[in-house]
Amino acid sequence: MPDTAPSAGFWKRNQLRIAPILFLAPGALMFLIYVLIPIVQSVWISFHDWDGLGAKVWIGLGNYAELLDDDTFYVALKNNLIWLALYLLAIPMGLAAALFLNQSVWGIRLYKSLFFFPFVISQVVVGLMFTWFYAPDFGLFSQAIHWLTGAEVAILADERFVTLGIIAAGLWPQTAYCMILYLTGLNNLNPEQIEAARMDNARGWRLLWHVILPQLAPATFIAMVVTVIGALRSFDLVSIMTAGGPYGSSQVLSYFMYEQALSEYGYRMGYGAAIAVVLFLIMMVFITLFIVRMIAQERNR
Amino acid sequence: MFPTPIHKASPALRIGYQVLLPVALVIWLIPLIGVAVTSVRPASDLAAGNYFGVPSGLAFENYAAVFRDSPIGWYILNSFKVTVPTVIGAVALSCLTGFALAVYGFRANLWVFFAFVAGNFIPFQILMVPVRDMTLKAGLYDTTLGLVLFHIAFQTGFCTLFMRNFIKGLPFALIESARVEGVSEWKIFRHIVLPLMRPAIAALSVLVFTFVWNDYFWATVLVQGSHAMPVTAGLYALNGQWVAAWHLVSAGSIIAALPPVLMFFLMQRHFIAGLTLGATKG
Repeated sequence: MPDTAPSAGFWKRNQLRIAPILFLAPGALMFLIYVLIPIVQSVWISFHDWDGLGAKVWIGLGNYAELLDDDTFYVALKNNLIWLALYLLAIPMGLAAALFLNQSVWGIRLYKSLFFFPFVISQVVVGLMFTWFYAPDFGLFSQAIHWLTGAEVAILADERFVTLGIIAAGLWPQTAYCMILYLTGLNNLNPEQIEAARMDNARGWRLLWHVILPQLAPATFIAMVVTVIGALRSFDLVSIMTAGGPYGSSQVLSYFMYEQALSEYGYRMGYGAAIAVVLFLIMMVFITLFIVRMIAQERNR
Repeated sequence: MFPTPIHKASPALRIGYQVLLPVALVIWLIPLIGVAVTSVRPASDLAAGNYFGVPSGLAFENYAAVFRDSPIGWYILNSFKVTVPTVIGAVALSCLTGFALAVYGFRANLWVFFAFVAGNFIPFQILMVPVRDMTLKAGLYDTTLGLVLFHIAFQTGFCTLFMRNFIKGLPFALIESARVEGVSEWKIFRHIVLPLMRPAIAALSVLVFTFVWNDYFWATVLVQGSHAMPVTAGLYALNGQWVAAWHLVSAGSIIAALPPVLMFFLMQRHFIAGLTLGATKG
């Protein structure tokens, strides 16, 4: 076959090398501009004093030094840890819900959908629902507490309970999410292994622990990833339910950053960026763990 | 099957289970039911202190009032203007990137893939200042287009992960035999792989729709005025105006929640297939 135009020949010879670059280019470019480069820019901005309009003034580690002296920073950090620890409860709760619903009775599909429902709703709406639920005087929750203990509590105005109250609101959709992951996992169990274990008289908890849970490991891994990330990303609920109050007692790093960078008392972009970098570094620890595990899985394929 | 199917259990247990199901559901959904009931409760009930008894009537005029007296209809329209182009853009871009990463074995392949995956998990706050600044400079601050561009870029990370794994599951022999026949790479993508990606495209569309519709953070960072405000941020603003008018807040909440809920019930199978990607195989 005679060579056609030289350009076509070049294309034919190198098609397999050039094609992936062309396929990747649009998506990768967008991702680079809007996600990867801004990470570097944020780190750069965190070394400056900047109001978002004027010139940036280099202050080196000044923002980080200030952060170490900022009481709100420690409150936010502590609350982030509480979020992380308590949010993980969504995993066993989701597993319990999935085990409860993994039956084939009439109408069970509708039940599963309705249990999953909270996850589909925006966190703004979830926040408003729980604000109403917790409202002193007339909120359903406050009424129940009053009826049970005789005490009057205003969850969202009480420094002792406020973070727990917001986390409970967050656990509602997160449990639903973990439940759906486990329901899918339970659907794909290996029936032979279970039958064999049942022959060996394994039942209930022992069967769950030794046979079922190992088979559910992929679902547990995904549930861990989304729950840890969700806990550290918590912004919407804090913003909607308390705006960090009362007296900053429900602050978390994500909201603290937003408040500092775009606060009504003047924009402190550099300081906000420094808070974001701290949050980013904390999350990078987890992201790295996840990626390392995913790489190991890729190699095993 | 685990746990043991209930129809093998004793009749008492079986009936117990059937009774427990609706009870558990009602308890689980109490915050939702409360808000749904409040949304049709006449304002006079609230004034009289009847917050969670039986409503004295069904006040659908709460919904009419919300649409009449607030720009919520406009906010909903804005949400669509942000969500629909984002779904199209992110799904289209990730079809291409997913194909590139699944089919070609170039050296940087895994690194590019994991950059997409990792970018997907980062906190939004690390992007906030530069993205806001960039949007301002491009003259796109306070526009739906500014939100759309950011959402497309960010969602492409998750979508690429999804598409790449989906295409990896297709039989590679299809592509190889087409190459032997001399079919160009673009035609392989367009006529062989893309038609097989329909279920993945459907699943991603519903998921991205829900994620972007429910976004609140970027709606507050990249938009200020009500003319481009999506319904999440709009609802928060209205909540500030409707102090303690819980019948209006509730009706507004239900309206804002409705589109993704409908999407979920209509496309449930796709939605769950997308969400549970990776939950079954290691």
